[in-house]
Amino acid sequence: MHPAFSVIFLTTLIGVGQGLFLALYTGQLYSVVEVVPVEDSHHHYGIGALIAVVFLSLGLLASFFHLGHPERGWRAIARWRTSWLSREVIVLPAFMGMVALYGLVHYFDLNPVLFTLRETFRIDLSLVIGALTTVLAFTLFLCTGMIYACIKFLQEWATPLTVVNYTLLGAASGFTLATAFAASQGSQLTDFYAGWALLLTLAALVTRVASLIRNQRIKHKSTLSTAIGIRDSRIRQKSQGFMTGSFNTRDFFHGAPQAVFKGIKWFFLITVFPIPIVLLALGMGHSGVAVFALAFAIQYLGLLADRWFFFAQANHPQNLYYQAVG
Amino acid sequence: MTQLALVIDLNVCVGCHACVTSCKEWNTSGSAGSLSDMNPFSRDPTGTFFNRVQTFEVGEFPNTETVHFPKSCLHCEDPPCVPVCPTGASYKREADGIVLVDYDKCIGCKYCAWACPYGVREIDEHQKVMKKCTLCVDRIYDTALPEKERKPACVLACPTSARLFGDVNDPESEVAEAIRERGGYQLMPEWGTRPANHYLPRSKTRITIHDDELTRVDNPLNKERQLPMPDKDAPTLDDFTSW
Repeated sequence: MHPAFSVIFLTTLIGVGQGLFLALYTGQLYSVVEVVPVEDSHHHYGIGALIAVVFLSLGLLASFFHLGHPERGWRAIARWRTSWLSREVIVLPAFMGMVALYGLVHYFDLNPVLFTLRETFRIDLSLVIGALTTVLAFTLFLCTGMIYACIKFLQEWATPLTVVNYTLLGAASGFTLATAFAASQGSQLTDFYAGWALLLTLAALVTRVASLIRNQRIKHKSTLSTAIGIRDSRIRQKSQGFMTGSFNTRDFFHGAPQAVFKGIKWFFLITVFPIPIVLLALGMGHSGVAVFALAFAIQYLGLLADRWFFFAQANHPQNLYYQAVG
Repeated sequence: MTQLALVIDLNVCVGCHACVTSCKEWNTSGSAGSLSDMNPFSRDPTGTFFNRVQTFEVGEFPNTETVHFPKSCLHCEDPPCVPVCPTGASYKREADGIVLVDYDKCIGCKYCAWACPYGVREIDEHQKVMKKCTLCVDRIYDTALPEKERKPACVLACPTSARLFGDVNDPESEVAEAIRERGGYQLMPEWGTRPANHYLPRSKTRITIHDDELTRVDNPLNKERQLPMPDKDAPTLDDFTSW
């Protein structure tokens, strides 16, 4: 497939936003049960949620560049019964609204304690809003992943690993950003976030490599023989019906030389996983803002390459019909 | 249930592209707007087409054959492009099974093109909406046309009658009969899309001649032909009957 930059930015940016929210909420949950110190509601959760909303908004903005008719974008909520894309279009703004609400409740301290659990744990309003928002965060990861995983003949995508990778990579990058954000505030949660970021990056490494191995060994079901229905393995294309390209030759081939294709794979494998892992480990205990910020910047850059590769690696069966110009 | 479709006879398709040009001509002049082209008269011309004819070579030299292969939307009975559409712009008609795009609802997200394994949907670079074969829905029901012209433009243009049009679910129809009796098949059956369009395979006309058909052992002429002269030293009847 031809990697579209609008979709690359959409999926990576909202992944960061979702991950950052999950990080904030994880921190809050742990502080409720008093495993980690309680953070300042106003600065930490309020501003943190704002950063998450900014990332989500940039992602939403990027998605509009993918559309031929962005002014009709609202129509995309119509077919949520059958289309994962439609479901994503509904869940993304809903999630953004809930993150914003979560941030506002914290920022303006409109956070009454609703009830007390076992007379120890005080459940306040933001905790309940956060729980609903967490459900939406995971639903959004599911929708984004399923947009690709549900197309069964794009065999590189049609695997549960697609959803798992979107979730883990998004969460990892969000937790890394949360680490840098916490460090910039001198928060006591910095090492807590860094630990989670490390774990999530390691988990994503395992599942992403698993998907790469799976895709390397994939056996494509469609062949030129099934494409034109002639039972002979010796078929060569002599003409595709036109000389200078069409939508079919532009949108379904990545067009990059094999060396670039392989180079990008190794680039993302190094920048998404080992470098941030080393930087996060180095920064832990010292709360170095620069180290964590660098870890996030490098990991995000790597995720852009990861998403490029995700698209480029997928072989669309329609490409069988466009093997030779003439 | 009615399912209109094309049946394409690969046995007689000569690859002349008349279906391509007639399709483009009819559909670029339609009420839905033109099928636009980019740089039509300069370097790298490109444009939107509903129908393409491709050419493949099968076998190994010198035993090869050339297959001309027209490809357009197959109007699948279970079209994978329809459920993925977020707006409902892409739909399959209940009445006649034609898969269509509502150009006023399409947001141009191209997701349906990703979800079509056959690559028959093309974005119109000017109108920014997805386009595809409509089976000439604006002419097959047009009562202003004589009845024999109420067929898709490609079917009317084909000089070898390689394209048949009709209801594939009506067992009495010409297309259903062709599929049934001449081995009509579907493309990429492995994805369960159940394309309505079918292709008729190439078939060679062969006759089998056995050796005994060339030289008959019981040839009646053998009775009348001149017998060879007997050898000079061979005994003759005279040797026994002379007295």
